[in-house]
Amino acid sequence: MWRNVTESRPLPVVDYLKIPEKGEPYLEGYRCKKCGAIFLGERNVCSKCFARNEMEVIKLSDYGKLHSFAIVYRSFPGIDVPYVSAIVDLEGGGTIKGNLINIDPDPDKIKFDMPVKLTYGDALGRKDKEGNSYLSYFFEPA
Amino acid sequence: MSDVYVVGVDMIKFGRFPERSVPNIGAEAALMALDDAGLSIKDMQAMYCGNLGQANAMVGQRILQEIGQTGMPVVNVANACATGATAFREAWMSIKAGMYDVVLAVGVEQMGKGLLGGAGNSDGIPKEGLLGSGTMPCVFAEAGMEHAKEHGTTFEQFAKISVKNHHHSTMNPKAMYQIETPLDDVMNAEMISYPNTKLMCSVNVDGSAAAILVSEKKAKELGMARAVKVRASAMASDPYTDRDLVMPDVNACTRLAAKDAYEQAGVGPEDINLVELHDCFATAEMLHYENLGLCKDGDAGKMIDEGHVELGGRVPVNVSGGLLSKGHPLGATGIANIYEICTHLRGEAGKRQVEGAKIGMTHVIGLGTACGIHILEKNS
Repeated sequence: MWRNVTESRPLPVVDYLKIPEKGEPYLEGYRCKKCGAIFLGERNVCSKCFARNEMEVIKLSDYGKLHSFAIVYRSFPGIDVPYVSAIVDLEGGGTIKGNLINIDPDPDKIKFDMPVKLTYGDALGRKDKEGNSYLSYFFEPA
Repeated sequence: MSDVYVVGVDMIKFGRFPERSVPNIGAEAALMALDDAGLSIKDMQAMYCGNLGQANAMVGQRILQEIGQTGMPVVNVANACATGATAFREAWMSIKAGMYDVVLAVGVEQMGKGLLGGAGNSDGIPKEGLLGSGTMPCVFAEAGMEHAKEHGTTFEQFAKISVKNHHHSTMNPKAMYQIETPLDDVMNAEMISYPNTKLMCSVNVDGSAAAILVSEKKAKELGMARAVKVRASAMASDPYTDRDLVMPDVNACTRLAAKDAYEQAGVGPEDINLVELHDCFATAEMLHYENLGLCKDGDAGKMIDEGHVELGGRVPVNVSGGLLSKGHPLGATGIANIYEICTHLRGEAGKRQVEGAKIGMTHVIGLGTACGIHILEKNS
């Protein structure tokens, strides 16, 4: 199994995060060729216009704008708080959710529509039962 | 199609009953509703039972095992926080379809304490706190902040909603809490997910509520004095919106269901005398003033600032105390708010009575997403 022989290679935290053999990680979207709706994760049918087998695979942008957020002070046990949970609209389409980092978790410092950039890094040290490391994405002010 | 009437409806005082079983809690409300209608379990032709926590465990039949196994058809339903409203609506539809004249709808839930939300642990590693938060206080905080972005809504305005609902609950003996929470207390309470503090989150409680629905023929037979007419029963799922799959959209499906409900009833928002809506978080209630058409888009902040949604205001909202203070036993909530509206339409709401109430509305949202809306009318 390649997982065992290449232990240093992290796994993607979600299936729409792609880690090429060469080059930088990126997020993958599925775009409906009929109506332009963009989805995360593989699918064949568009839930907006109902077209079948019209999906094309696209690379999502690493840049976007902050649509909305919340500052989380109470989470499930063992999760470090506070942190900023953010909804980001990507340039060229697609919306994703993630942690906004490298900013004070202060509502006065976080501005709606502020430009943000995706950054990729280790999934806060979290490992699965087999001890595999994961690569995640985060947002930071651009 | 026959009109449908509620002739019996009740709820237990919400609380925490860890020593009791789910069917036992549900049975209590079922018996109370039967007594309210002056009917026996033998009179029921079918039962629709809403419960989430034991959705695969035949809660409806187990309730009948406690109060009367007549052999009637029982359907168990689960639809997130719209579960109770869904059970009520299925009962309504069965009478509309002409299948039955007398149907029992029950909603029941036994909740643990603590945070609700998707942990997202299906495979790999936990995503909570890594890809944002799936906790309910956060999800609804994000929805509220979207409103803040568009309309400049403030933390203080959101907090005022909680002050109002807690105040209302001091007049409701069936609410979990009857405690005044001044604005400072609400704003300075433990922050859970900004802008929702602990006092701006609904209370996890155990509870049950039940209703007896009948055809017009049966209502006339029983006497119409306390009968409440179901003018509309609407349900919608989330239509596609651009961010919906990442950021659950409670607005679009509420607007769809509201439009349908107003059309069915042949009334408009200006005709509604009181509303019980889904204040699972203070941020959520703000959105629904606009979604239900109680004010123009962008005016929700004014609705709370100017007191229009308080008892005594233009359209009192959540005079029961709402989910924020009455409590939110998921499967029971949708019938408990029907109980509240019926109680006002019957003129039996005591200190919190909305004077002269003729038409009331209930609204629930189950994330995922299901919206159930009912419009009820005093029998004149």
